[in-house]
Amino acid sequence: MELDCTQTPDLMIIHVRETRIDAAGAIDFKDRMRELTAFNTLRVMLDLSKVTFIDSSGLGAVVAVRKALGPDRPLELAALTPAVEKVFRLTRMDSVFIIHPGVPAHTGGQRDAI
Amino acid sequence: MPSDERPDQTRIVIPSDPMAVRQALQALFDHLMTGRMSADDRDTAQIVLAEALNNIVEHAYAQEPGEIEVIVELCASGLTCRIMDAGLPMPGGTLPQGVLAPMPSNDDLPEGGFGWHLIRTLSEDLHYRREDGRNLLTFRILAQQYPH
Repeated sequence: MELDCTQTPDLMIIHVRETRIDAAGAIDFKDRMRELTAFNTLRVMLDLSKVTFIDSSGLGAVVAVRKALGPDRPLELAALTPAVEKVFRLTRMDSVFIIHPGVPAHTGGQRDAI
Repeated sequence: MPSDERPDQTRIVIPSDPMAVRQALQALFDHLMTGRMSADDRDTAQIVLAEALNNIVEHAYAQEPGEIEVIVELCASGLTCRIMDAGLPMPGGTLPQGVLAPMPSNDDLPEGGFGWHLIRTLSEDLHYRREDGRNLLTFRILAQQYPH
């Protein structure tokens, strides 16, 4: 699972560089997210603009990441494509997550491929 | 039932493996159905098929692997889907209700149990039966067929 990261003083944006978060990739996604978020205590925003499909296993993995981050660091989501938005809406997970229409354009941070 | 319509049927047989499910869905919805169904209808169909196939991989073939046969047919009323496997039968011989639990607090958020809810919400004419040691799941996705 290819993820990379843009960091600002108070926000870490994790960009998913894959088109799918599905049953074949859900465990890998959870593991990579745990690695990336372990180094700091910044807010975490997940950029889903490249993700065109998510299934219930992928959704479960996103929920698991949110729970692992804890209540003081709620996972934020950004730039949901129509299929991803549909799955979040039908499972009512759209009411649980903070969802941003887009990713902040100028974060002033440095992008590191990880 | 005899029909004057030309059948527009696709048959795919895959092993019970999550990566094979991914590749089958990509073949169907990123290639075959592009330009023949709207993007929204393709999303709906892909969500339902993904949940049905993943369920077979995880549950019907939980003890030993096997084959899954998928037949989809695009017709005037939408995309009809037939999925067959030779795995374990549905517990109780019926499909799960797929009712979403009330949304709890952050600590108790469910990480699963969404699949049958999505299938039941997005499909029509959903039927399951066990026949000659095989599971047969059929459903239809309402879709507008594009002329081609």
